[in-house]
Amino acid sequence: MVRARFILILLLAVCFSLAAWLQPRRQERLNQGVQTGSVLATLLGDGRQMAADYFNVRADIYFHSGYYPSVFDQAREEEEKDSDVSHPEETNAPLEAGFRGPPQDWIDGFSRHFRPDRHTHLRGEAVAEILPWMRLSADLDPHRVQTFIVASYFLRDYLGKANDARDFLRAGLMANPNSPELRYELGRVYFENLKDFPHARNVWLGALRSWDEVEAPKPLKTDSGEGERDIHLHSRILDSLADEELTVGRTNEAIAYFKQSKADSPFPARVQKRIDNLEAALHHAGSQTNPPPH
Amino acid sequence: MNKIFAVAGVVIKELYRRKDFYVLFILTVLITLLMASINFFQDIHVIRFVKEGCLFLILLAALAIAVTTTARQMPSERENRTIFPLLAKPISRWQVLLGKFVGCWAASGIALAVFYLFFAVMAASREHTLPLGAYIQVLWLHWQMLGVVIALTLLGSVVLSFAANLTIVFIVSLGILLVAGHLHKVASGMTEPSASILTVLYFIIPHLEFFDMRDLIIHDWAGTDLPSWLDVFSATFYGLCYMAFFLLAAGLVFRRKALN
Repeated sequence: MVRARFILILLLAVCFSLAAWLQPRRQERLNQGVQTGSVLATLLGDGRQMAADYFNVRADIYFHSGYYPSVFDQAREEEEKDSDVSHPEETNAPLEAGFRGPPQDWIDGFSRHFRPDRHTHLRGEAVAEILPWMRLSADLDPHRVQTFIVASYFLRDYLGKANDARDFLRAGLMANPNSPELRYELGRVYFENLKDFPHARNVWLGALRSWDEVEAPKPLKTDSGEGERDIHLHSRILDSLADEELTVGRTNEAIAYFKQSKADSPFPARVQKRIDNLEAALHHAGSQTNPPPH
Repeated sequence: MNKIFAVAGVVIKELYRRKDFYVLFILTVLITLLMASINFFQDIHVIRFVKEGCLFLILLAALAIAVTTTARQMPSERENRTIFPLLAKPISRWQVLLGKFVGCWAASGIALAVFYLFFAVMAASREHTLPLGAYIQVLWLHWQMLGVVIALTLLGSVVLSFAANLTIVFIVSLGILLVAGHLHKVASGMTEPSASILTVLYFIIPHLEFFDMRDLIIHDWAGTDLPSWLDVFSATFYGLCYMAFFLLAAGLVFRRKALN
């Protein structure tokens, strides 16, 4: 009896010690991590990035209305790419019509009657069907910037929900405060959809600062292509700022932004043509307001 | 035939006396309604996500009902020793087995009909359309799939213990549903003899994915790209062949099996 009581008291002490040891660590972990408030995120724990990837794929599957390569089709593609490299003489078969190619046997052919077998994209309001997966993916992995950008594109361009796109991008910025891509997209929502030009300008100026901090230190070229400086984003931000200046009638500032953008633009000739046109228009307007002396 | 139906009737009564079906149905309804209540960007037209969740739950619940109902039939008859008074009546072992199969298949069909009725009502409440032909096809094919699984489970129940049978049939059924259609692709990248073994396996296993047209329902292909009724009947014939094979094998084992 005494022994049982002793064990009981010992267990109680162990429980209390464990609680006292775990509680501050739990609190510390909660304070460090991004608070998503999602039950799913809490349940999945560290596996949530994997789940976020899966949900992103689900969104893509929905965008293609179920016509999507399985992991086995992707594996097969890789296999065939390998054979292209090592045995070029064996690859004289006709080109595949779609990722599935012609049926390999009657089972493969017959099973295609019971699943989507045409490549289509969702259009119009039907695009809303992909949003639950994007939302869940963003909840689970808020550091995946692309999820916010793609979702906001569909929200504002397909569904006309500019306010929702703005709020979603802001949520993305809470998790990624220094992302130039997110700031650039948010600026587009203000400029193209909400027609709030001063706000758009401020956000794009912020994007430019973020680009200088995040992208400018990166190398211009890497062997794998990963981690390269995104110079096209820089050019797009400057182009957008120039467009905003033009919209509010500040042509000189617009020309200055275009001149900066030209260096990083994939189409420098086109940018130069715009600069020339704007300068000609400025010159023409100047000559009309100040007629030459007789 | 009457004897077979008499045995089947007992199995069907067992389904509604037990709580499995009610619990699984209520769970499916609750989870589906919970999914439908989630608000994504104030869009009330989002439905495919809910349909996918609901159809997945129906697939799992129907499989659970079919396998657990079937797997317990023969072991419980033997454990309770009710198999002896049953066989003392003018009924053959073949008829007992067929009666069990018909009963389990019919019971699963009834359960499936209730599940799909809920699905149709839920989908129609959001989409304001009722593609009845598509729903009949998906229900019919799903029922054929359960027929194959039930026949396989009956074969397992005369060979294996209840727990082993339950586990193996679940794993085999889900495995076939997930990967059977891709085995030939995997085999094409393997070396001999594993490639040939996998290819033979690919051709002899029952391809349950023939009976799974959930993607067509989820992604609204119901109006344009439904399988023809000829395809549906061909799949039905394919399923009936496997049911006959498994039942024949089960009957041959059960005919010679000692019951005590």
